[in-house]
Amino acid sequence: MKTVSLTIDGKKIRAREGEKVLWAALDNGIYIPNLCALHDALEPFAACRLCFVEVEGKKQPVTACTEAVEQGMVVNTRGPGALRLARTAFELLVASLPVDCAHCPSSGSCELQKIAAHLSIKLKTKRFRKLLRELPIDYSSPLFIYDPNKCVLCGRCVWICRERLGIGTLGFAHRGFDRLVTTFGSEPISESKCLDCGECVVACPTGALAFKDRQGIKSGLGKGG
Amino acid sequence: MTKEQAEVKQQTKRILNRFGRKRGNLVPILQKVQGKLGYLPREAMLEIAEFLGIPAIDVYSVVTFYNQFRLNPPGKHSIRVCLGTACHMKGGYITLDAWKRRLCIDRGQTTPDREFDLDIVACVGCCVMAPVSVVDDKPQGKVEPTKVDGILLSFKLKKEKQGKESQ
Repeated sequence: MKTVSLTIDGKKIRAREGEKVLWAALDNGIYIPNLCALHDALEPFAACRLCFVEVEGKKQPVTACTEAVEQGMVVNTRGPGALRLARTAFELLVASLPVDCAHCPSSGSCELQKIAAHLSIKLKTKRFRKLLRELPIDYSSPLFIYDPNKCVLCGRCVWICRERLGIGTLGFAHRGFDRLVTTFGSEPISESKCLDCGECVVACPTGALAFKDRQGIKSGLGKGG
Repeated sequence: MTKEQAEVKQQTKRILNRFGRKRGNLVPILQKVQGKLGYLPREAMLEIAEFLGIPAIDVYSVVTFYNQFRLNPPGKHSIRVCLGTACHMKGGYITLDAWKRRLCIDRGQTTPDREFDLDIVACVGCCVMAPVSVVDDKPQGKVEPTKVDGILLSFKLKKEKQGKESQ
C-alpha cells in the first residue's frame, strides 16, 4: 500500500494514498469537527460544513472530508478562515435546534457539545434568530425515541440503515427547512419496517435518536426535553 | 385491501409495464401515475418502489421533494393561495390561515368530502391584485379573510341550488 507523508498542525504523519484529510487527521489523534462523515461511505456527504481546514497553497479553506491527502501537504486545522466558516455553519445549525442539554439523554456523548467546545463557542448562540421546527416526537419504537427536532440531517442513520444493514427504513423527505429524516409515509417507527436493531441510534451524533433505557424514559410518558 | 386500493394497484401496474426497471425512470413514472390517478396514493408508491427495487422511502422522498407531486386526491375545487413577494407583503399568509381555518385542512391536503384542496403557489403574475388566491384556475384579487368566507358561501349556495334543481 502506497503512503504519502503530510503535516497536519505541525505534526508529521503518514497516510494511505487517496485517503481524505479528515480520516488521516482523526486516525492520528487530531480532531476536526464533523457530523456527517462516515469512513465506509463511498462518497463523502460533505453536508455538515464543519470540517473546514486550511491547506498551504490554497486560497480558500477546504472541507477535510473531501480533500485527498497529497505528498508534502501542509494542513492547518486551526486557521482563522477555516474556523470562521466552521463556526458560522455550526451556529446556523444550532439556531434551529432545541438546546436543552440538562434534559437530553445524549448529554455527555453528544457530538454537538464536543464541537462547541472545540470551536470555543456556545450551544446557545445569540448571533442568529432561533427558528424551531416543533415537530412531534416519536416514542413508538420499544427501543428508542426519535426526536426530529434534535436532528441535524447528517444522514448517518439513513446511510447505516440502507447501506450497511440493507433495510432502508429511514430516508429524507420534504425540502428546505421542512426537510427531515423519516419513514415511508412519515409513519411512526413501530409501524414501519424497522427491525429495532438500534444501529441508527448508535450512529446518531446528537440526541435525535436515543435509547429509551438511558434515563428510564417510558413509552410516551417521557418529557419532550 | 379495499376495492379502491386494488384498483390503484392495477392501474399503477399497467403504467409500470411501459417502463424499464431503472431508477432514473422514477420521476417519469410518478408523473404518469399522477396523471392517471390525480395523486400518488400509498399503494401506488409501494408498487413503484417494488418495481424499481428501491426502498419505499426513496419514492416518498422524491414525491415530497417536488411540488408537482401530491399525496392527497385533488378536490372538486382547487384553492391556490399565492405567497409570492407582493402577496406576502399584502398578507398572503393571513389569507392562507383563513383558508386553513375555514376548510379545516393544512396546505397540500384535501377536505374529507373531497370538495376542496388547498395549496400554495409562488406567483401567478397578477401582483396588482395582491393578495391573490387562484380558485379553480381563476385568479381572485384582494382575497382577505372576509372574501374567503364570501367565496366559500358562493360555492355553498351554488351547490344548494344544484341540489334543488336535481330534485
